Amino acid sequence: MPGKLKVKIVAGRHLPVMDRASDLTDAFVEVKFGNTTFKTDVYLKSLNPQWNSEWFKFEVDDEDLQDEPLQITVLDHDTYSANDAIGKVYIDIDPLLYSEAATVISGWFPIYDTIHGIRGEINVVVKVDLFNDLNRFRQSSCGVKFFCTTSIPKCYRAVIIHGFVEELVVNEDPEYQWIDRIRTPRASNEARQRLISLMSGELQRKIGLKVLEMRGNAVVGYLQCFDLEGESGLVVRAIGTACTLDKLSSPAAFLPACNSPSKEMKEIPFNEDPNPNTHSSGPSTPLKNQTYSFSPSKSYSRQSSSSDTDLSLTPKTAPYPQGPRIYLCPSSPSLSCGSLHLKKSCLLLSESSLTPHHSSLVSPVLRKSVSFSEELFLAASGMGSGSAGKEGGPFKALLRQQTQSALEQREFPFFTLTAFPPGFLVHVGGVVSARSVKLLDRIHNPDEPETRDAWWAEIRQEIKSHAKALGCHAVVGYSESTSICEEVCILSASGTAAVLNPRFLQDGTVEGCLEQRLEENLPTRCGFCHIPYDELNMPFPAHLTYCYNCRKQKVPDVLFTTIDLPTDATVIGKGCLIQARLCRLKKKAQAEANATAISNLLPFMEYEVHTQLMNKLKLKGMNALFGLRIQITVGENMLMGLASATGVYLAALPTPGGIQIAGKTPNDGSYEQHISHMQKKINDTIAKNKELYEINPPEISEEIIGSPIPEPRQRSRLLRSQSESSDEVTELDLSHGKKDAFVLEIDDTDAMEDVHSLLTDVPPPSGFYSCNTEIMPGINNWTSEIQMFTSVRVIRLSSLNLTNQALNKNFNDLCENLLKSLYFKLRSMIPCCLCHVNFTVSLPEDELIQVTVTAVAITFDKNQALQTTKTPVEKSLQRASTDNEELLQFPLELCSDSLPSHPFPPAKAMTVEKASPVGDGNFRNRSAPPCANSTVGVVKMTPLSFIPGAKITKYLGIINMFFIRETTSLREEGGVSGFLHAFIAEVFAMVRAHVAALGGNAVVSYIMKQCVFMENPNKNQAQCLINVSGDAVVFVRESDLEVVSSQQPTTNCQSSCTEGEVTT
Amino acid sequence: MTSELDIFVGNTTLIDEDVYRLWLDGYSVTDAVALRVRSGILEQTGATAAVLQSDTMDHYRTFHMLERLLHAPPKLLHQLIFQIPPSRQALLIERYYAFDEAFVREVLGKKLSKGTKKDLDDISTKTGITLKSCRRQMESCSVAQAGVQWRDLSSLQPPPPGFRDYAAIVFFANNRFETGKKKLQYLSFGDFAFCAELMIQNWTLGAVDSQMDDMDMDLDKEFLQDLKELKVLVADKDLLDLHKSLVCTALRGKLGVFSEMEANFKNLSRGLVNVAAKLTHNKDVRDLFVDLVEKFVEPCRSDHWPLSDVRFFLNQYSASVHSLDGFRHQALWDRYMGTLRGCLLRLYHD
Repeated sequence: MPGKLKVKIVAGRHLPVMDRASDLTDAFVEVKFGNTTFKTDVYLKSLNPQWNSEWFKFEVDDEDLQDEPLQITVLDHDTYSANDAIGKVYIDIDPLLYSEAATVISGWFPIYDTIHGIRGEINVVVKVDLFNDLNRFRQSSCGVKFFCTTSIPKCYRAVIIHGFVEELVVNEDPEYQWIDRIRTPRASNEARQRLISLMSGELQRKIGLKVLEMRGNAVVGYLQCFDLEGESGLVVRAIGTACTLDKLSSPAAFLPACNSPSKEMKEIPFNEDPNPNTHSSGPSTPLKNQTYSFSPSKSYSRQSSSSDTDLSLTPKTAPYPQGPRIYLCPSSPSLSCGSLHLKKSCLLLSESSLTPHHSSLVSPVLRKSVSFSEELFLAASGMGSGSAGKEGGPFKALLRQQTQSALEQREFPFFTLTAFPPGFLVHVGGVVSARSVKLLDRIHNPDEPETRDAWWAEIRQEIKSHAKALGCHAVVGYSESTSICEEVCILSASGTAAVLNPRFLQDGTVEGCLEQRLEENLPTRCGFCHIPYDELNMPFPAHLTYCYNCRKQKVPDVLFTTIDLPTDATVIGKGCLIQARLCRLKKKAQAEANATAISNLLPFMEYEVHTQLMNKLKLKGMNALFGLRIQITVGENMLMGLASATGVYLAALPTPGGIQIAGKTPNDGSYEQHISHMQKKINDTIAKNKELYEINPPEISEEIIGSPIPEPRQRSRLLRSQSESSDEVTELDLSHGKKDAFVLEIDDTDAMEDVHSLLTDVPPPSGFYSCNTEIMPGINNWTSEIQMFTSVRVIRLSSLNLTNQALNKNFNDLCENLLKSLYFKLRSMIPCCLCHVNFTVSLPEDELIQVTVTAVAITFDKNQALQTTKTPVEKSLQRASTDNEELLQFPLELCSDSLPSHPFPPAKAMTVEKASPVGDGNFRNRSAPPCANSTVGVVKMTPLSFIPGAKITKYLGIINMFFIRETTSLREEGGVSGFLHAFIAEVFAMVRAHVAALGGNAVVSYIMKQCVFMENPNKNQAQCLINVSGDAVVFVRESDLEVVSSQQPTTNCQSSCTEGEVTT
Repeated sequence: MTSELDIFVGNTTLIDEDVYRLWLDGYSVTDAVALRVRSGILEQTGATAAVLQSDTMDHYRTFHMLERLLHAPPKLLHQLIFQIPPSRQALLIERYYAFDEAFVREVLGKKLSKGTKKDLDDISTKTGITLKSCRRQMESCSVAQAGVQWRDLSSLQPPPPGFRDYAAIVFFANNRFETGKKKLQYLSFGDFAFCAELMIQNWTLGAVDSQMDDMDMDLDKEFLQDLKELKVLVADKDLLDLHKSLVCTALRGKLGVFSEMEANFKNLSRGLVNVAAKLTHNKDVRDLFVDLVEKFVEPCRSDHWPLSDVRFFLNQYSASVHSLDGFRHQALWDRYMGTLRGCLLRLYHD
């Protein structure tokens, strides 16, 4: 009995007229939690009833507190017939369950009806008294904090980042139950809303339990999704990253602590200083390693299972050149490489010998043997051969194994975070992704959703093995998604393979400390670009050069990642949104034939998407992609691929070569001319883009660069897997890096089409920038004006003779026009940047394409941008998030001597770093909208994890809402556009109302995870489902912060509504 | 490829002032797009016509949704669906309740209900204002009337700047003053609004008793009844003669049209007093302005009185009554004549 929930119904306003005769309403309220219901008195004849009820008290388990939503129903009393429902309010009381969040929920909530939308508002006060029960954590996980934010929340400090947590629950979809035939649409919708609310509560509780098991206290990067599988059920699944977070107590204390991570850097190693015991037990850890338990058995079973499901058939003949599969003998270059490596490892060793943990080198040797047998396994399972290549870089391997030990104890070393504490990310390998096509069948036993679990486990294994092939032991920026059409479902997972610093991980043992010393000596600003894999043993062909920043390590020529740009990365110029768009027609088919057809198409699509991305990246004159998100959507007769990412020019990576066009028929004169014309156009575009995005890499003379690295011609020995069970594209993109100039062969009209489409992408109008990451590289002087928006477009394709080209063009136009519309709409905000641009594609019907975009426009100050870019060198070398004079000069010291002269370069670099992407000094409050004057408190919403020009002082809890809206009078509500426009506005309103009631004034990390729209114009009907989530927060303007340190949350200040109603 | 659905929803509702004006003016989406194209917006922004079309549609949809709230300004301030900064809310209301004088002149004094709406078509053709806009303005008038009747003047916060004008519209509508006659056509809305303001200030119940501010829109019935007492000024021959001689003595030599005044005095005085006496009947109240023009403005105009002479005359005419010993309704006379003098001076022009 650990909790008492108290609810008070205060008043209502703007209620609809329920009694036509009197034009008034006799309203009363039912308050329901679990199976208990209370009622207020009937307030006769008023549209603004004042119930002022007593406190309704529910005595409940905390398990129920977590699972159940509070359900408030407003009804119209009718003496003779059944009472009519006006609408409902669901309140998630989870935020009241942890101590630091909200203490009371109090405010005006829109009364929502699934048929009529918002119908007035109700004022409710909710409180929870939690009793201190020692057994409190048995079934429930009260107290575990949840954050949608995919970085460490601003007013917390990460003590330990534990790792991946996942869970899924399934149920029958009420919409498809037999009873649905006899009940009203309203009842059906409400059953669905309630069920999903219940399921997500349960899911959150279960994830919480897992976190407690890991001894964490929070989930960061929590992502919950619904799969509406139709007949076969409803799946609610969630992934997240378990952490132990420390609250930075007061805003005053929080400022310096966050602004100088150097302090953190010193503290953390002490904080979780490995106890001496682990040192001795260190070597034994690998023996307990889970890799063993899963490797042979599970992996094999996976492959066998895929053979019996028969669904995810990957063509063994991949569409791209199978270069990597050819094993070349090591030739002379390998020798030189080897020697280079030796030299390097000597250097590193000599440095490491300075550290007191020298002795712990012993344990890695033991680890080595374990990992060796692992490689044997790899060879045995057909993933590759020639493990002997590992010897080429013994030290690197050693390093890797040390960190592995920290991670391999986990089944999945995945992190849903996209931004990390400084020093956490050591190296980034590249994007890893896996997809699998499945046939949905009815879930027979909802309590044991084993099939779905198994499906995801399979995909995650795949991701893990891809990461391993890239020489990485972890995956960051990890996410999962599905696309369902009828009974076919594509499961996708993607992330960025990475090597992490184990300092933040739970079992940071002594060997970890050794590594830490080593890692800290690496210049972190370019460190993450350095290849984690063995250059002699590359999993794919890549063109390696020495890092343009430190000249010590090797870097690839392009880098694709799913994470945000690390704050300490050096970028040149500005970034931009890069999209690849693709459609493929598919024959209509049933069941297995359909699944086969889809899985046959997938690799082609992935390949083309990557080619497009690469072309566009080159066209922009950039060399790295961040925040890459590839979405493959399945429809009845087509597949759509949409990849979005933010292109940047990383100073550490080589200058990208241009694009060369080659024709296939050299004899034809006019053709030749045409080709050269195209070539000129492309070159012009590249030059123009370089100017537009201010990409002026400093000229580096050959002497500094030194001799170019002889390219290891013998490419990978250890190959990436061409797995049987599903499709993956891991490193396809990088295989393009073979030549300096990228050659596009025009051999048919298709290729011509492709080149044309490359050139049709128009840059945003001047004053506009766009990116899909949190912050725009190269812009750091945000002002406070933000505008979050959602835009939805649906187009109908003419069904006649659709070709792939026509389809591609339509889709391309759709996206381009959408972007153009956004630029036009937001023109009053210039200069501004669209951040976190998130496109979602769905194919609701045969000939319909739906694109949903959510993003935030943030204004920035152009003048200050000019101030910070005084000298040409400074201009070209801007840090991603901060611009500090000292740091700007840092790259000038370029190569060799920088290391010895700065024993702790990372620490030094970070002392001046700011936690917020908004530099305090640069911030100028342009126009802080006065909140106090308005009757309704302003609630800001943003998909970003921060609010420009403001400090987040408190996280109030997660907002996770699911709404269904249905209409049977579509025309009367303004057609599909009117219907959806009103619904989305209502969803925003309900989110804002909940946040305001929690005492917050903003939602950060807001995301619209689902927007499923179905229409039936013939029946004048439409239905839409929307799922949104985010973190409710309290923020204080930086300008106010100096005046008052503590913020009084803006609440709705309309305590009474005495004004007379004006009805017309 | 046809666009089935195309929407944009911002957390803060975007309001484009130009599009709002086009919407208020009742242009269809197509016309609005054409007008915007003509304004050169495409060249300024580099947008395409399709983008403009989509943008205009979107704004129109938003305005359409907002209209329900605009009908009840307090609702707009308290609703949760559209997050609009207060300054923008004020702008929305202000613009929404702005009206074309040409339109209002047409409906002035008519019932602000459905009967008149049928005539909207005629008004639209006559004034060149789109029918939609006419309808909106008509509705705004009824909203204002409803707001006034609910004695909820304060709820119209922030008060539309044109509120004074709305008071005039509602006042005229409530009293059904006839303004459409041909001989009244020369009068503008401004003239009437001026008179309405004077009358509201002096002739309503609220004017004498500030507690009764809800009665602002109705004439003080008791006062109208009392006006009968003034009849003695013309009925009593001695009083009339005395009055005339007082005025003539005072004005001799000062008036350019003295002889005409002298000749017409009795007619004019009879006219002004009879207007007062007739106000007891609702039907005659309606004809107030017709009577004033017929009985005073027209005779003076036909004799080519300059405005300054009219002022002299009216001042002297009202003031002289105080010297009539036999007349006991001085206060009543002042309340009546003070207002009427202001009105007449305003009404006296070509």
